Formats: sequence, structure tokens, C-alpha cells
Amino acid sequence: MFLLVLASLLLLPAGSAIAQDDPGRVLLWHAYRGEERAALESIVRSLNESRSDVRVDLLAVPNEAFRQRLTAAIPRGNGPDLFIAAHEAVGEWSTNGLLDPLSFPASLPPDAFIPSTTDALRFDGQLWAMPLAFKSLALYWNKGLVDAVPGDFESLLATEAGDFPLVYEVGNFYHHAAFFHAFGARIFDADGNVDVESPGAIASMQLVGRLAATEAIPPEADGALVSNLFNAGKAPFVINGPWFLGEIRDDVDFGVAPLPRLKEGALQPFLTVEALYLAKHHTASDAAIDAVVEAIGGREGSLLRAQRGRQCVPLQSAASDPIITNDPVLAAFVAQGAQAVATPSRPEMGAVWEPMNRALRRVLRGAAPGPSVAEAQQEIGFYLRPPPEEANPTPYLVLVGLLLLVGGAWAVRRAKAIALVPRVRSALPAYAYLAPAALGMTAVVFIPFLAGAAVSLFAHSGGEFTFVGLRNFARILSSQEYGVTHPLSFWFTLVVTVAWTVANVFMHVSIGLGLALLLRDPWMKLKGVYRVLLIVPWAVPNYITALIWKGMFNRQFGAVNAFLDLFGVEPVSWFSNFFTSFAANVATNTWLGFPFMMVVTLGALQAIPRDLLEAAEVDGANAWQRFRHVTLPLLKPALLPAVILGAVWTFNMFNIIYLVSAGEPDGSTEILISEAYKWAFTRQAQYGYASAYALMIFGILWMWGRLTARMSEASA
Amino acid sequence: MSRHVDRRTTWVGQWWRHAILIVVTMMALYPVLWVVKMALTPGDSFDLSANPFPSQVSFSNFEDLVGSTDMQGRKLFWYWVRNSVIVSLATTVVGIALSCSAAYAFSRFTFPGKDAGMGALLVTQMFPGVVMAIPLYILMDATGLLNSLTGLVLCYATTAIPFCIWMLKGYFDTIPKELEEAAIMDGASRWTIFIKIVLPLSRPAIAVTALFSFMTAWNEFILAATFMADETSYTLPVALQRYVGDYSTQWGAFAAGAILVSIPVMALFFALQKNLVEGLTAGGVKG
Repeated sequence: MFLLVLASLLLLPAGSAIAQDDPGRVLLWHAYRGEERAALESIVRSLNESRSDVRVDLLAVPNEAFRQRLTAAIPRGNGPDLFIAAHEAVGEWSTNGLLDPLSFPASLPPDAFIPSTTDALRFDGQLWAMPLAFKSLALYWNKGLVDAVPGDFESLLATEAGDFPLVYEVGNFYHHAAFFHAFGARIFDADGNVDVESPGAIASMQLVGRLAATEAIPPEADGALVSNLFNAGKAPFVINGPWFLGEIRDDVDFGVAPLPRLKEGALQPFLTVEALYLAKHHTASDAAIDAVVEAIGGREGSLLRAQRGRQCVPLQSAASDPIITNDPVLAAFVAQGAQAVATPSRPEMGAVWEPMNRALRRVLRGAAPGPSVAEAQQEIGFYLRPPPEEANPTPYLVLVGLLLLVGGAWAVRRAKAIALVPRVRSALPAYAYLAPAALGMTAVVFIPFLAGAAVSLFAHSGGEFTFVGLRNFARILSSQEYGVTHPLSFWFTLVVTVAWTVANVFMHVSIGLGLALLLRDPWMKLKGVYRVLLIVPWAVPNYITALIWKGMFNRQFGAVNAFLDLFGVEPVSWFSNFFTSFAANVATNTWLGFPFMMVVTLGALQAIPRDLLEAAEVDGANAWQRFRHVTLPLLKPALLPAVILGAVWTFNMFNIIYLVSAGEPDGSTEILISEAYKWAFTRQAQYGYASAYALMIFGILWMWGRLTARMSEASA
Repeated sequence: MSRHVDRRTTWVGQWWRHAILIVVTMMALYPVLWVVKMALTPGDSFDLSANPFPSQVSFSNFEDLVGSTDMQGRKLFWYWVRNSVIVSLATTVVGIALSCSAAYAFSRFTFPGKDAGMGALLVTQMFPGVVMAIPLYILMDATGLLNSLTGLVLCYATTAIPFCIWMLKGYFDTIPKELEEAAIMDGASRWTIFIKIVLPLSRPAIAVTALFSFMTAWNEFILAATFMADETSYTLPVALQRYVGDYSTQWGAFAAGAILVSIPVMALFFALQKNLVEGLTAGGVKG
């Protein structure tokens, strides 16, 4: 049987082997979709047809896996030759050694591009990549509601049409940056230090706080709500980027214009420059790479990308072409691009987003702007603190050696004491049953885990690991940056995580068990229909259903408040209070998780012989007594594994929190695992610290596992 | 007992059960109706209201995913379906085979390291993925399993195995040992007992673990998006995830894909549910 399984595994079709030796083959990774992808493919196709010595292969990698894939693949020589990505990570990638500087072909010198776009791609005095397109927010207006775009922001706010004069994602710092810059604030000061508590920053927060308080803009707007209000004709003006073009309904007559002026200055959104990067360890020849760069970045390719892919292209000879200047939408974005501030590409920028989003949302909930940004400044300082000092590995090695010696001696003695060898020999058949699973688990789970765990003894910065011993752990446990009761401290998050786990497991088990009991009886009518309908929440990918739940909890437009309204309950602002926000998370996860527990319980219930229950009934036991004294005890062995594992999974279930409450308010509904992810992937890739965090989580769960083992032994 | 049965088997006798189930089913389906509405509304322009039914119906979002082609004009959708089906079924087969045998050992044998082994399985569920991704990539690269469906199956099966073993071990424990002792008296080998007696009696638990293993592989995208070197070797969830952009998500297309992805799961559950509710009692065994 196992041979059969192994054979079937080997017969699975393997992916095509990559021919890495052909210098004319250029592998290009991108994350484009829709028309942008079509434009890129059409350029590449004609290049492949016209040049027999060059062959370009494209690979679309989903955005969410893009960075991880680059980080994993490039150092091991599995990366692409070229890739297209935004400019923000140029600092991180170049310091982490993922890039070679791209040499601009003679026909496309750096000064052929709009200077602000090449400036964005410079880091440490080096121009790393070639700009292909730039994107920024601009103003969309509904021509059916208003006749023209007002020249200044104040008259725009005075517009009477629609439910709100202006709608945009007000709680997102990326969108707020336009106001931040208008007041003269900048994220980095002249010396390259983060400064988000300048008077301009405070004034910009004050302004949006006032706009939200007077309901001039809906304070809980996310992307889906913005496009809904615009399409429904409820908002004459929307601030959004070029990606919004695809979300506007065909029958809405709209225009795009640069953002209006504030009294204090022009609204300057962030500018994102998409660029063509050359990966380290690329294998294609310089000639082949030049050919690809010229085809995509050159005038012809630029015009095609502008026309078909609706991209704003930075090549000046293309940008001045009538194709672009006569296109009102592209022209508006080009004009806005000249009035934009490139998103800082310093690696430190990764630590700025999260605290600034929190500060912004505090202000939207009515907090004073000054203290809010001061807190953000402090948090950023914490995320960017220098790594722990390098430690001397010798004492650790000595300690490990000693432990191994003592442990080995103890193990040998213990093995002799309990006569291990003969017992193992007599249990050989058992090991034969175990071997296949044990081998697989060791290779795929335990070895990678040990490797990952070892990282916790190091600090990662700029592509280099330094040994720091246990100092990462000391930092986490001492929680010196925050008081224990602060929402961002390790201990507070631990309590929330435990509460989250208990609440979810309780809901899953009670609902799943209840439904399974209702649906188990053979005489129950329609039971098959109910069963299939009730597992639907498990079957649909939770990424989208979690988002729908978030929408259902929207204060102004959500179904939950609409339902409560039927009973005369005032609208609840679910995400501005810890308990309601936590409840929203639990409700969503309960909905997602009860079908699994129902299915497990249905299976487990079959372990209970029906005649036992019938005997109890004949003996006069009522329904509760039968459940309590017959069903439950017999159910326990088959149900306990699901409960224990369910608790472990819930403990580490961060994506629901990320998608529903996003930690609101003030990061208080985050759980431990989300912190580990943030340390690894935002906040400057502090892998060592992230790994230490993950190990702490592991340790907590391990202790919990010991505890439950004791409990189940005691009750057995 | 026939006097009870008469009343409970009628609609009137079980009305309160139906009342509860209808309410719960409606709550379970309401958000899913929204997914359907988003999928059927062209583009991303679904309206906002508490009404979960679409005001216009179009299949353009479905066409976007089903009609995906690459530069060579290959119909990518069918490659993705094929890969997803192969990987998920192989994961189910491998997962069940390995975990049935391991769970049997844990349930019926005593051997040194038994408790440690069960503990180690639980421990694997506690490893946060953040520690594992890069080492796993390096391992797959070193063993030449990068960019192969076999590598994915290995990763998914080992992800699913710990739950499967725990679940099956718990269920095996409830099967009376007397059955096996009788068979041994009749001269049957351990292996025969395992295959001929224990496995058939455990159909409910095997059905649960099969569904679980299948889902583990069916919905995973991060590893598949990181390991596979060609768009024709992606799986369906990877294709779906491409609709999630840095700044915006094509919700209409994502919803359409989500529906296509969940239909096979429902079908599988429908096929398995008979086994789920026919266990010991249906096997004709009276303890």
C-alpha cells in the first residue's frame, strides 16, 4: 500500500525544469493583472518574435507572495533576471543584497525620465532600477452630480450634491499623506530621522478629525465603501488612485482631476514608482537584458503601456506624446504626479505605517491630534531601536555542550533503568506502522522548525545576522517599552490572545455540538440538506467572507446595525471600542469555524452505540441526563483531539483579526502571532526578533499542551 | 420504543428542530449570498444595502478567471483545476494512509516514546508559520522538490497529518478491542485486522480526516505561489490571490473564483456525508 502511495507521488507531473544555461533567456517576474498584464505580454510577445537570440518568460506572482518569494529565491539562485515592483522597497532590497544596479542602455539614459521618478529609485547614491510607471491618488468626480471641479478644498467641501461631499479611505495613512504634505510635514527630517510630530503633521490630523466629526466624510470608509458610494451617486468627489478606474460602473460619467488646493498648500499625495529591477545572481546575458529593458522601458513600449495598460509612463519623450496629453484621465494623473511626494524608500519607512494609521484612527475617534502623533513617534522609535548588542557565543556553546553531555549520560542511564533496548525491540511492529508518518514529519516539519528556531538567537539587519544569544527573548519578556497594561505590550496581547482562544473554542464546540445533535438522528427530515448548507462557511475561502463580515459591522452601512435598528438599538461603532471590536472578531471566526466542529462531532457521535442511548431512555433518563451521562463521556475521546487542536489553531489564527478589526482600536485586539508576523515582514525584517516571538508563542502553547495532557490523564 | 418514534419522525414532532436549523442556516448563508451577489454583479460595482440579492446578473467575473490565458494562449484555468485536483487528492490519499497506520500504532501498541510521539504531533501544530517558510523553501530547493507538485503534496500532507492522527487515534480508541481479540484467536494477523476490521469500522473518522486533508491542500496558496516556477503549475487559490492587489482588490472576480473553488468542496462533502453518519452502528457490530 505504501509503495503504491510512493509510486503515485513520483508519477506526479513535475514542473518544467528551468534552462538556466541559455544566456538569451530572460525570466521576468511581475504582479500585474488585467490590462496592465495584457500590455506587458504584448510587448514581450513582439520582442520574442523579432529577436531570435532573446526569449523572455513572464511569471505573474501574487502580490502577497511576491516579497517572500524574492527573499527566498534570489539568494539561492532561483530568482528571476528582472522583476517589476514598486520603488518603496529599493532601500530594503539593496541593503539585503537582492539587487544588482540596472545599467541603463545608451538609448535610454537616466535623464530621459522625469527626474522625480529616477530620484525615487536612488538609494545610497546609486540608481538601482529603471522607472516604468508612476501612480498616485487624484480626484475623481461624478459629472452627473457636479458640473466642475472646484479650485480649492473649502468649496469642494461646500458641495451640496450626494450624501457626503468627499469620500476617501480616511483612516489609511497612505491616503492621509496628501494632507500631511500639504501642511508642510515630511516623514523624514533633513538628517534622515523619522519626525511625525511636526506642527504640520498635527494640523493635518486636526483637519481630518474635524471633517469626520462634522460628517463631511464617512469616518469608516474602506476601499469597497468608497467605490460603492461613488457608483451609487452618493458621493460627488472621491480621492483614489488609477486602480479605481476598473471599479467604476460603466454608466457613471466621471472625470479625473488633480487634487484641489488647501489654504495652507497643495494636496500632495504619495507617489509610487513602478520600476524594472535587475536581480542579483541573474543568469541572462547583458545583451539580452538590454533588449528587454529597451522594449519595455523605451518609447514604443511606454506608449503601448500607456494606451493599453492605462499607465502613466515617466519616459519624457512618451509623456509628451499626444496619446497621453490628449487623454484627460492620463493627463490628470500626470499632472498630479508632478505634485506628489515619492514614498520614502528608506527601510525605516516600514515601521511608520502602522503607528501612523493608529494615530489617524485615534484622531478620527475624537482624540487630540498632538498626543496621538507623539505616541506614534514613540512607537516608531521603539520599532526602529537598534538591535541587541552582539553576544559572545562561547558561553552558549559551552552550556549547550554541557547540557548535551549531562543529558546524554542521563538518557543512557535512564534507558538502562527501564530496559529500553528490549522494549524497543519488542515494539518494532509499532514503529513499522509509524515510520512513514514519522519520516515525513521529521523532514518537512521538525528540521525546518529547528532551523527557524535557531534564528531567534540572532539579530537580522541589512542582510546580516549577528549572534545575540537570548537578548531577543529578554527584550520581549521585560516589555520595557510599554507598561504591562498598554495595549501593545507582550503581556496585554497575551491576555487578549487567551481570551480570543477561549471564546472561539467555546463558541465552536457548543454550536458545532448542538447542530450535530440536531442532525444525527436518522429520522430527522431534510438532515442531508441542512448538513450541506451548514458547511458552506467552511467551504468558501475565508479571505472574502471575512471581508464581508467586516462590511457587515460598518457603523453607517453594515447589515448588523441595520438589523439592530429594527429593535430600536442605536448604531454601534463596532471597531472603536475594545469589547465590541473583539466581539466582531469572535463572531466572524465563530461563523467560519463552527462547520468544522459540527462535522467532527457528527463523525464522533457515531462512536456511540445507539442501543446504549435507547437503554438509558428505557431506564427513564431524560434528554439532558442522557446527554450528560451517556453521550458526553463517550464523545470525549473522539472530540477531545479536535478541541485541543482547535485551541492551538485559534491561538495562531491571525488573518481573521487582520481582515476584520485590524487590531482596532489602538492595536488592542491584536493577538501574539500578528506581532511575530509584523516584526518579520514590516518593521525592517527583524527576523531574529520575530523568531523569538514565535518561539515564545510556541512555549506558551507547549505548556498549555502539557496542562491538557495532565487534565485528560486525570479524568481518564 | 415504537411509540416515541412515531411522534419524533413527523414534521410536527420535530418543528422546533427545524425552527432552530432554519435560523442557523440563514445566518450561515447570509454572508455567502453576498459572495454570490458580488460574483454576479459585473465589475466591482455591487450596491450597498442589507439586500443580499443581485440587482443585475452577469457572468463576466466568472469569464475573467475561466478565460485566463498565458502568452502562449494556453487556457490556464484548466491547468489550475488539474493541479489543484491532483495535489488535493494526492494529499488526501497520502495523509490518510500515513495517519491511519500511525494512529493504529498509537491506539493499539504500547512502545517507548508513545506519549512523546503524540506530544510531538501536537507540538507541530504550534509552530507559527513565520518561522517555517524560508527553511522549508531551502529544504525543497535542496531536495529538488521545488517547482514540483510532489513537493507541495509532501508539505500539505505533513501539515494535515497531526490532526488526522489525533482524530483517528481518538476514534480507534472507541472501537472495542474484543473484536480484534476474537480475530486473533481465529488466526488473523495484525495487518489483516487493521485493514479488514478497524478501517471499515472507522469510516466516520476517515471521512472527517479526508475532508480535512483535502481542504488543507485545496485552499493553500502561499507555499504554492512561492514554490512553483510556471503559471501552468499554479493551483486555483494562487490564481485567485492574484486579484488581491497592493492598493485594491478585484472583489467581483475574487468572489466568482471563491464560488468556483467552494463547489468541489461541497461536492466532496456531499459524497462523504453518508460515511460520516454510518459508523459502528451501521457496521452491524454490537459491542
